[in-house]
Amino acid sequence: MATRDEIVDQIAGFALFADLTTPQLERIAHMFEEEVFPDGARVLRQGLSGSAFYVILDGEAEVVIDGTQRATLARGDFFGEVSILLGEAPGADIVASRPLRTLVLAGPAVKSVLLDNPPLMYRMLQAQARRLRNANRWRS
Amino acid sequence: MAELSLAGDGSADPRPFPPGDYPVVVVGSGAGAIQVSYSLRRRGVDHAVVSADPSPGGMFRRWPFFQRLLSWTKPFAPVERDSPAYERYDWNSLLGDAPGERAIMPDLMDGSSYFPSRPEMERNIATFAERTGTQVRYDCRWTATRREDRPDGAQFVLETTDGEYRARSLVFAVGVAEPYSPATPGIELAAHYADTRPAETYAGRRIFIMGKQNSGFELATGLLPWARRIILCSPSPAKLSVNTKSLVGVRARYVQPFEDHVLGGGVSVLDASIGGIVRGAAGSDSPIVVTVRPSDGSDDMAIEVDEVISATGFVTPLQDLPALGVSTFGQARLPAQTPYWESATVPGIYFAGTIGQGSAGLKKHGLPANSGAVHGARYNARVLAGHIARDHGPADPAPERRLLPATGLVDVVLEELATTPELWHQRAYLAKVVSLDPAVGPRDEGVVPLAAFVDAVGDDGDGDALAVTLEADGSGAIYPVLYLRRGGKVEERAVEPDALLRFDTPAARVQIAGILSEAGIG
Repeated sequence: MATRDEIVDQIAGFALFADLTTPQLERIAHMFEEEVFPDGARVLRQGLSGSAFYVILDGEAEVVIDGTQRATLARGDFFGEVSILLGEAPGADIVASRPLRTLVLAGPAVKSVLLDNPPLMYRMLQAQARRLRNANRWRS
Repeated sequence: MAELSLAGDGSADPRPFPPGDYPVVVVGSGAGAIQVSYSLRRRGVDHAVVSADPSPGGMFRRWPFFQRLLSWTKPFAPVERDSPAYERYDWNSLLGDAPGERAIMPDLMDGSSYFPSRPEMERNIATFAERTGTQVRYDCRWTATRREDRPDGAQFVLETTDGEYRARSLVFAVGVAEPYSPATPGIELAAHYADTRPAETYAGRRIFIMGKQNSGFELATGLLPWARRIILCSPSPAKLSVNTKSLVGVRARYVQPFEDHVLGGGVSVLDASIGGIVRGAAGSDSPIVVTVRPSDGSDDMAIEVDEVISATGFVTPLQDLPALGVSTFGQARLPAQTPYWESATVPGIYFAGTIGQGSAGLKKHGLPANSGAVHGARYNARVLAGHIARDHGPADPAPERRLLPATGLVDVVLEELATTPELWHQRAYLAKVVSLDPAVGPRDEGVVPLAAFVDAVGDDGDGDALAVTLEADGSGAIYPVLYLRRGGKVEERAVEPDALLRFDTPAARVQIAGILSEAGIG
């Protein structure tokens, strides 16, 4: 369990939030909620609508597509944004592979948080660009 | 076996459940504990109930502070009171199986509001306990917990002021009731919501309220006729339920201070973090100065007030359970839970009542279940009792598992949507499930947490099955969703919403029949 102040301290060190000021971080910390998942629990479910955006505070999770593990996510990583931005159900299961502690933002709130915090949107775009580049390298 | 207990004067103690061994022990005597005890008894599960309080009611023995609930009961509804369907319109009665045990709340209301008063709600819970013969050992405080290993497995020891209880399963329904204040510098100068005085004692005062959720706005609403100035403050903007089209945010009843703010009446609603609280300079007419830092990055402000009230919520009074391994999360320190409200880290420890909101379920579209309120928690308690009965009850703990006509599934779905109040109150959280084993035929599996169904870990098993829910997406619509689990995979199919919330229309029937037909069932 972490207080809001501790959460602010933690996310200040994550790349996604690196360019935000302290007041912006405090506001963000109030908009997200903390959620925890035991080892083996599904966080996102492939094909089921209405999911949310998550940032990992502690622990690890696997990205599983059609039953095959494709990637591992860890502290500071985030997931769920693609299905929210596209208005589609997630294309993968995200499964906790150790006890997982996350910050979660409801899907409908993501757009306004990104628009209100352009540095955060830019960092998310950078991360997406890296993922796209890596996927293209893998294909070639 | 339970021991014979003696009262303080040495005579036999007339209270039920003396210390001793029980299969299950429930802690609490609010709505959650009373409901889970009643439902356990209906399932034939032997158990004890202990509570530190002297009478039933839980938080409603004291709160809401301004004596009026947020949850309604409509004495006049489109359906008969003595039917499960009436529960859709009555958010406050507990769930009884026999006539006289149901819909108790409307008979106790004086007609002045469709929100019951606090005393009416307290009486509602006490009346249910009395009519159903639900017993509690009152004035028996849980003081500590430990685990004991025995040759036949581990069990818990619940230490209380009356002695020790031993059980393989514990159910804690002790509310989210311990006042929480953040570590803001100078917080000792603030009173907590729980220590708010009678409203008239704030006459002519300038009040700074920390927090912009329901409790903060409830205070502001109650103090509008008394306070000279009210400032509500927290870093993020206030959400209003009428905007989120859900129970997320400040409820409509408490929006008046917000209107006062936007119309310039003397209430201010600030988006700012609170830097500190200090005493005003000697001789000034401002006993307290609060420094705030606006979230929009503008300059800090020093606000002079007479009093500060911290409406920053409550935490779960788990005592030594974290030391036993129960993991918690969030500001409310809720225990992390499975879909069946069992500690995610200590099997055998369950939670009921408002603590059940720690089992968030799918929380689709960001909308939480209503587990933090009686109208959601009462159904969770009934499902939990059925789940516990699998380990501690008689051989057939699921009397609702009736076979259904193989060709009439459309009618079954329509009937459930019309008459199963769980679906209305716990949207996208509790589901009505029909198993589809070809060797047996369609079978009613009762109500199952949706998260357990889609992950195939529910009491209905992991075979092919159909689950029915009602859901909302924040647009204002409420619509049925059918989940088809086949070969381990789950698909969801939504039915078009109806503006009048009728799901027995020819159009709905055609859609549902189409979904079932496409899936090769019904």
